[in-house]
Amino acid sequence: MTAEKYLIRRARLLGERTADLLIADGVIAEVGQDLEAEGARVVEAEGLIALPGFVDVHTHLREPGREDAETVETGTRAAAAGGYTAVCAMANSHPVADTAGVVEQVYELGRAAGWVDVHPVGAVTVGLAGERLSEIGAMAGSRAGVRMFSDDGKCVHNAVLMRRALEYVKTFDGVVAQHAQEPLLTEGAQMNEGAVSADLGLTGWPAVAEESIIARDVLLAQHVGSRVHVCHLSTRGSVEIVRWAKERGIDVTAEVTPHHLLLTDEKARTYDPVYKVNPPLRTEEDVLALREAVADGTIDVIGTDHAPHPIEAKECEWSCAAMGMTGLETALSIVQLALVETGAMDWAGVARIMSVTPARIARIEDQGRPLAAGEPANITLVDPRARRTVVPEDHQTKGRNSPFRGLEVPGSIRATFCHGHPTVLDGAVAGPRTDA
Amino acid sequence: MRHLLDTRDLSRAEAVSLLDTADRMGEVGHREVKKLPALRGRTVVNLFFEDSTRTRISFETAEKRLSADVINFAAKGSSVSKGESLKDTAQTLEAINADAVVIRHPGSGAPQRLATSGWIDAPVINAGDGTHAHPTQALLDAMTLRQHRARLASADTAGTDLAGLRVAIVGDVLHSRVARSNVWLLHTLGAEVTLVAPPTLLPVGVDAWPVAVEYDLDAALARGQDAVMMLRIQRERMNAAFFPSAEEYARLWGLTPERLRALEAAGGGTAILHPGPMNRGLEISSEAADSDRSLVLDQVTNGVSVRMAVLYHLLTGPQAPHGPDEEGHHDR
Repeated sequence: MTAEKYLIRRARLLGERTADLLIADGVIAEVGQDLEAEGARVVEAEGLIALPGFVDVHTHLREPGREDAETVETGTRAAAAGGYTAVCAMANSHPVADTAGVVEQVYELGRAAGWVDVHPVGAVTVGLAGERLSEIGAMAGSRAGVRMFSDDGKCVHNAVLMRRALEYVKTFDGVVAQHAQEPLLTEGAQMNEGAVSADLGLTGWPAVAEESIIARDVLLAQHVGSRVHVCHLSTRGSVEIVRWAKERGIDVTAEVTPHHLLLTDEKARTYDPVYKVNPPLRTEEDVLALREAVADGTIDVIGTDHAPHPIEAKECEWSCAAMGMTGLETALSIVQLALVETGAMDWAGVARIMSVTPARIARIEDQGRPLAAGEPANITLVDPRARRTVVPEDHQTKGRNSPFRGLEVPGSIRATFCHGHPTVLDGAVAGPRTDA
Repeated sequence: MRHLLDTRDLSRAEAVSLLDTADRMGEVGHREVKKLPALRGRTVVNLFFEDSTRTRISFETAEKRLSADVINFAAKGSSVSKGESLKDTAQTLEAINADAVVIRHPGSGAPQRLATSGWIDAPVINAGDGTHAHPTQALLDAMTLRQHRARLASADTAGTDLAGLRVAIVGDVLHSRVARSNVWLLHTLGAEVTLVAPPTLLPVGVDAWPVAVEYDLDAALARGQDAVMMLRIQRERMNAAFFPSAEEYARLWGLTPERLRALEAAGGGTAILHPGPMNRGLEISSEAADSDRSLVLDQVTNGVSVRMAVLYHLLTGPQAPHGPDEEGHHDR
């Protein structure tokens, strides 16, 4: 809780009706017209859109282990700058987040940093090795209260192990978030397999390697009556499988990254490793299918897969380069560009895919809530009319590996309130919470 | 032309001009003094991240025949895993004022990265990158085919392209930078290219290339080819289920003595090319490799000429139709 009081004046809630929001004691005290400031600091929001604070189900904070790439502090500061109030920190740290000790460490680092709520994701298998289940119960019961489990970066490809994981997490109402990548079909894979990889002579990462795992997993989830989440879905075929599964009532959710909604494998022709990512950038046809799937609800959420790397990991030959792109500070803009400005989605839809549904999937109770009196004051103010050029050197993340460098994008984050505290104000990073 | 990274970037005019220069460079190799002063005082670095005695020797010969100062830099191993990065290597070469960099690298795209990163200003010549491109190999193949056709027609090569020439490229197209560079260059020069391979050794996406694709070598040969280019089968492919056995591969896609006899019986002047080194008995039989139809040694000879032409064009300006001859005479 915070003693700070703020009055957000004349924001368009979810891009619809205009109202004032009075924030006090970490919650939305009142929503209405022409509210009295009563000593609250006034935030003029004429023309701005108020959304529930964003929740990222897929963030790599790199700490512990790769503090040269990112720390919990820098990663969560980047998240706040991007309009986020909560992130799920993936488990592929060093050591891997496969014990209560590590997830509690990450959780505490997040609290100490104070920029957003950090919800650690627990590894499904020990050391992400895909051999035996990690201590899922201990992580669920820890102070971090882990509900999402993932070997992200690696696929739980052993079908029996995946089945057991899906069954076991039911104990805690948990979810397994699968990085769908059949390992044998993607040995040495460098980019999407297709016309461009044929030209470039880079080893292909075929769509079927993703689709076959998703098909198997939705059938497993159906068989054992569990909940499965598909990380960073990237192909048209995957969309069709998830759509089919949902029609059959299978409890599956799916995520897409901003970069897969905008960029294609044609970018690889530059051989600039900033475009090297896993799963790889796909084709135009895939991009259009992904956008349509977000619009019709087949894909539930945006997950950034924010993956910062030190400069030298990208300043090299394609084949030597690390996979991954930063994303927290460009997500809203890319979503606006790819979904809102194309007419695929309105701002209420953005709230759904970037806040409400992510919080529900990760079982985060106090995020993704309505903008209503009595709710936690997790609020993001977006200026949809803004135009800005992406300059990675200006980002809060340590990573400079944004694939959107130099691109003019719409939308900017004017303010982020995390439990009533403004982490971002007037379009600039303000400061972390100190009361958490 | 600032760099030579890929044959795909070459226009027909540029390619023909390079081949014309290469033909004239070839004459230098037959002189008593096999040297031109064209690159005197210029430093060319052969930056080889991958072993390749044949290509390095060919480039080195070309550079020396043009009187360049040659530095061989063997930097085996990928940059990140072993020691110095490509960037640091490039900046080192920049700092010693290298005038051109010839790069061979196991990673596709490394030469393009070098050329476009801003780490170095010197022209970059791709001497083979991963499974992507090997432009000087394709140029020497085109030079060899052009000579072959001119010989059959008792004509001159100068200014000609390969319009209508039927060329079958046979073997491991998937992993072949030679095949890729040949596809683009032969297409640009007007040849009709047929790729012949087991489906496992063709890339997904090959249907977008300006070629015909055929699985049956006998059918492709029966349609009549002016040349067949046999690609090397890497030994490691045999353990990765691309085909059941070396014997079956040789039977179905090798240039066997039987197929050589069929070519003889059909008449016509089908030439046999191979980029080397050959696996005799696998993709090509000794009978075929050593037959009169084989242009394998012409390819090696032409390799030097083509590399001289490329260096000459990149380092002394785009067009110099009489340059080498005149300078050659001055040299005497």
